[in-house]
Amino acid sequence: MSASPVPVEQLSYEQAFAELESIVASLETEQKSLEEAIALFERGQLLAKHCQTLLENAELRIRQLSKPEEEENTEG
Amino acid sequence: MEQQSPLFLPAALTVSELTRYLRQLMENDELLQDIWVYGEISNFKRHTSGHIYLTLKDSEASLRAVIWRNIAERIKLPLQDGMAVEAHGYISIYERDGQYQLYINMIRAAGEGRLFQEFLRLKERLAAEGWFDEERKRPLPQRPHKIGIVTSPTGAALQDMLNTLSQRYPLAEVVIAPCLVQGLEAPDDIVRALRNINRLEQPDVIILARGGGSLEDLWAFNDERVVQAVVKSAAPVVSGIGHDTDFTLADFAADQRAPTPTGAAVMATPDKTELMTEIETLCHRLNQYLETTIENEKSSLSALSHRLGRVSPLWKTQNEFQRLDQIMWRIERAIQHQLDIRRTRWSGVEKQLQTLNPLDILQRGFAIVTKTDGTLVRNCSDVEIDEELNIRLSDGQIGARVTQKE
Repeated sequence: MSASPVPVEQLSYEQAFAELESIVASLETEQKSLEEAIALFERGQLLAKHCQTLLENAELRIRQLSKPEEEENTEG
Repeated sequence: MEQQSPLFLPAALTVSELTRYLRQLMENDELLQDIWVYGEISNFKRHTSGHIYLTLKDSEASLRAVIWRNIAERIKLPLQDGMAVEAHGYISIYERDGQYQLYINMIRAAGEGRLFQEFLRLKERLAAEGWFDEERKRPLPQRPHKIGIVTSPTGAALQDMLNTLSQRYPLAEVVIAPCLVQGLEAPDDIVRALRNINRLEQPDVIILARGGGSLEDLWAFNDERVVQAVVKSAAPVVSGIGHDTDFTLADFAADQRAPTPTGAAVMATPDKTELMTEIETLCHRLNQYLETTIENEKSSLSALSHRLGRVSPLWKTQNEFQRLDQIMWRIERAIQHQLDIRRTRWSGVEKQLQTLNPLDILQRGFAIVTKTDGTLVRNCSDVEIDEELNIRLSDGQIGARVTQKE
């Protein structure tokens, strides 16, 4: 983990989830100082909460790809 | 009425008898009992009973036909006058009208038979060229950020997919690449939509979909160009074309094939509730980690404090105290030992003393004679006649006077 991690609120779901996964994995496999472990734990909790919030509030974003070739045909 | 054998026909037959005879002829004919007939539909009527009556015709002849309700219900093809069809069934006679007709049990749009043969040939060739090989197929992303949909913008299939996606995985961004999904221009349009969405949007996964229809309706998805575009797609492709019984060549080429458009939307995305469970599982592991860490820290802390106690001056003093106690104890034991030795000796002396006690001797009948000044009388010469003496016996003293000396 870097010294100044990105604020959790700015992360996308995928990013937050990936970081949460890696935090849990690194806590479970690597030796950490207690202080470091608690810091990671707290960030992990924030990430989990963030993921849950995103998932609950998300709304599908839908767009249509423009059809450049056909527009040329109809307008040109 | 009794059944007449054709061998014994009477000279004049009743109409019923003739009709029944003809019917039996037809029903014993193998060709007429299992036949495909090509023609155009006219006089199409669906009776309130559910049975369908129609006429198949070409330029020179017509054939009456009936489709019983139980079969009519299962026919997907929207039958109507003027439609060219291939009908399968058997020929028999409707006795009351003396009318022979086709009893239809299967019907397909004309040309489907030919289309199907073509489909099989193309499938075999593309399979031999390796287009459908399993090793070629790519895994779908677990959490697609951007989902491309290549389908008709007006079909019900699109709405079904969007509903499914927003229920299951509302985090995704959906980009629709509209295209024709039917007709001669459809293959090229599908190819272009696939190419454009890959090039312009780089989606994580693409859903290629079309609602149900006849084999002919789905034909664009059997086009070699479409198959090639599916195989070449940079993003993995999930196909959901027609209904679960329909297989197109695009389905075989896709990285995953779903039975319907909705099925494809399901296949392409994780489920929201499963994602929630995933997060909860990670939270649980996180908590468990913290608990064990704290537990471990506690126990190593107590081990440390134990060790610390042992190296502290206090511990040393206590140690010295103990050593002192041990020395004291050894001293006490030594003293005790010496005392015991002396005590044993003493009791020996006491016994000796006992045997030497003059009083003991007195008990045996001896006496001690002393002068009045207490000096012991040992010899006769020690005393004078008339001298007073003291005689000590075991139980007391007697005063005596010397009356005689020898």
